[in-house]
Amino acid sequence: MSTHTHSNHVLPLSVYWGVFFALIIGTVLTVWTATIDLGKWNLPIALAIAVTKALFVILYFMHVKYSTKLTKLFVAAGFIWFLIMVLITMTDYSSRGWL
Amino acid sequence: MSAEHALPHGVPPPTAHHFVDLHQQEESEKLGMWAFLITEVMFFGAMFTAYVVYRNLYPEAFMLASSHLNWKMGGANTIVLIVSSLTMAMAIRGAQTAKRGVMLVNIVLTMLLGATFLVVKYFEYMEKWHHHLMPGPSFDTEAFGVWGPQARIFFSLYFAMTGLHAFHMVVGLGIMTWVFLKARKGHFTPQRYVGIEITGLYWHFVDLVWIFLFPMLYLLGAHYGLGAHT
Amino acid sequence: MSSSKASAAAHQLEHSDGHGSGHENETYLNNGYGWKSWLFTVDHKRIAILYLISISFFFAIGGAFATMMRLELATPTGDVLQSDTYNKLFTMHGVVMIFFFLVPSIPAVLGNFLVPIMIGAKDLAFPKINLLSWYIYMVGGIATLAVALTGGIDTGWTFYTPYSSAYANTYVAAMTVGVFITGFSSILTGLNFIVTIHKMRAPGLTWFRLPLFIWAQYATSLIMVLATPVIATTIFLVGLERIFHIGIFDPTLGGDPVLFQHLFWFYSHPAVYIMILPGMGVVSEIIACFTRKRVFGYSFIAFSSLAIAVLGFLVWGHHMFVAGQSAYAGIVFSVISMMVAVPSAVKVFNWTATLFKGTIELTTPMLYALNFIGLFTIGGLTGLFLAIMATDVHLTDTYFVVAHFHYVMVGGMLMAYLGGLHFWWPKMFGRMYPEFAAKFSAVVVFVGFNLTFFPQFLLGYMGMPRRYHTYPPEYQVLNILSSAGASILAIGYIIPAIYMVWSLKWGKKVGANPWDAKGLEWTIQSPPTTHNFDSIPVVTEEAYAYGEEDSTHQHGQKEVSVVR
Repeated sequence: MSTHTHSNHVLPLSVYWGVFFALIIGTVLTVWTATIDLGKWNLPIALAIAVTKALFVILYFMHVKYSTKLTKLFVAAGFIWFLIMVLITMTDYSSRGWL
Repeated sequence: MSAEHALPHGVPPPTAHHFVDLHQQEESEKLGMWAFLITEVMFFGAMFTAYVVYRNLYPEAFMLASSHLNWKMGGANTIVLIVSSLTMAMAIRGAQTAKRGVMLVNIVLTMLLGATFLVVKYFEYMEKWHHHLMPGPSFDTEAFGVWGPQARIFFSLYFAMTGLHAFHMVVGLGIMTWVFLKARKGHFTPQRYVGIEITGLYWHFVDLVWIFLFPMLYLLGAHYGLGAHT
Repeated sequence: MSSSKASAAAHQLEHSDGHGSGHENETYLNNGYGWKSWLFTVDHKRIAILYLISISFFFAIGGAFATMMRLELATPTGDVLQSDTYNKLFTMHGVVMIFFFLVPSIPAVLGNFLVPIMIGAKDLAFPKINLLSWYIYMVGGIATLAVALTGGIDTGWTFYTPYSSAYANTYVAAMTVGVFITGFSSILTGLNFIVTIHKMRAPGLTWFRLPLFIWAQYATSLIMVLATPVIATTIFLVGLERIFHIGIFDPTLGGDPVLFQHLFWFYSHPAVYIMILPGMGVVSEIIACFTRKRVFGYSFIAFSSLAIAVLGFLVWGHHMFVAGQSAYAGIVFSVISMMVAVPSAVKVFNWTATLFKGTIELTTPMLYALNFIGLFTIGGLTGLFLAIMATDVHLTDTYFVVAHFHYVMVGGMLMAYLGGLHFWWPKMFGRMYPEFAAKFSAVVVFVGFNLTFFPQFLLGYMGMPRRYHTYPPEYQVLNILSSAGASILAIGYIIPAIYMVWSLKWGKKVGANPWDAKGLEWTIQSPPTTHNFDSIPVVTEEAYAYGEEDSTHQHGQKEVSVVR
């Protein structure tokens, strides 16, 4: 049995500050792109920025990049289940007009 | 057989009786928090689903309603939360590196930032109340022309989601108070800091929800000009 | 290990085999007396008993509601109850039976008691959260009962909008609070089990050596954790709609009632798998023990539990075929619904293969397990009629649906619960129930159940709709049969309630392994000590290792060595 409590992976300060600035830049970007009318592209761009920001928080601030496979599985499962709920519900709404 | 050094005064007993060793306990506590966060993803997720459905059904109404939201306050709050995530991560790092001062200062900063978020939210809600944008009998449907009922749905989702989020922040502040008191007594060491680590996971999750809420709710109104109707 | 430690370890092993059950050794039952030691316990076994008592209480209440309904339905006219009262009764019967009996039953009673012991642990990962789970259940239950007693709701347990959110004149908002609270009990139990099973298995207990009951509890817990939060939010939104008229589910305010149904059934369909999977786990354990054989196709049954959990999340729209959902989405849901029957069928085939050439002992638990296999199969097959859109159009909202879900829930799940209670009763209390009375009740339940619910398939096929207290006279004969069956079924449930309680004081005392079963729970004394194991066992053999050294009949000695 391991005597360490866990990997005790101390991230260098540069990583934290790097992620922080990436998040700030992402926020500025998301506001800026929202002011430009890109038609149907506004939504995917906003989503892509939000997902990227989320990944930074999850992988680095929440240390998931350095966590066990089980933790990564749990995180993935959570988001997959959310996607199941949204996407399958939307198959109803998007196909209602087809007949 | 876990390595139990002589622990300084104020540190809690290492292992609960039902666990085999400290490693098992800490792994369990972390996994438990992750399992809880997954339930939170599905909890908020149901409202996100409702949002996606209605945004799809009524895109113009949502854009119009969104332009009534104060994106500057929302944006400021986004920055506040991002900074608080940084300070939270720094607090944990302070525990990992046995720097108690760093840990304590950052916990307090995180709490102050959280409180700032809530204060800004309070002013935002007050503004909505004065403009008759709170769902209920006083809701001003005329302001939205033909999209009155749909705008009401937007604002219902806005209040339900940001309200639920704010509630989670209040709980988070409570947990952080507890963490601060434990940290002051020296409970978190490089060998044992799971308590503050899982608090951090919870706090980052609350930040994550806001990362999605902000663009979804505040930034749809580009068509009319962001914040054009505030 | 030094020789003195080895002999001390052997000494402990000797004591843990149950030979010492004759004298007054310490058990979890006598370790502390008084209400405080029970209401503030963190021992998973005591919490299981707390749940046993409260769940039995709610079952009785749900049963009382059903009795009144069947009394009304014995005649075609509304002569016992007014229609409003009948509406409230079927609603409350559903709410109580589903949320306060079926969902918690096996996980909260048998799961809480057995999961730590079966994996060789001293308790669940989070004992205090376990107790909190029970308190949340009680608060939710009392709140729900309070609403029921002061007028209740009449929306059906499905709370369909906009009736529930805008038009009902009953206490919908208050009821949503009760249900909302109770959901967290489920979530916390599931969370506890998942972490426990991942992190606290004894050395040598790999995933594929686990009892199938654990696999079933694990799959159930996954569903509890992923699905229950959705109904919490949904019911919260219904409450908001009711109070603030937000319009989210009200078509006159721009909302879509079908959205409610999507969100509601996203939980409530997986919920039926929460209800049935633990029952399947119990059946696996009972079949193995009373055929004296390893369960055939162990890994198929283990994986089928996971498959049911996952597929169960993809079929919810089959409750909404006629609700206004798009036909294309309906096709997708219909196909996947037919697929979800497959893992359940896999289990039934494997159980049957286990029975083949087994040394079958028709004890009471075995009778209930056999009941389960037959009746669940019928219930499951009739589900296929409902999964196919064309036939569902005719059968939806008729008594066919009612019969289908009572076959799987009562003919399936409740039989498994009773079978499990009987199987593990001697372990939980150190006492055996009276075998003749028990077997008699199992037969009475089987007869009563079929007489109650089989006519309902016919009624539904012939077009009798559900949730009505009156009906055309041509349906009366079948309804009378059904009501008569209900009275017999009630007797079948009352008798065990009596003899189980009787057995606590006057039942024959038993040792650690009265069934000569395999499994870590049978290696410790009956009733267990508070800490279950004096030392954590090391597991070196596969699950259900029957027939290995059985001929010499060592009294329940599983291959364990002791660590530390």
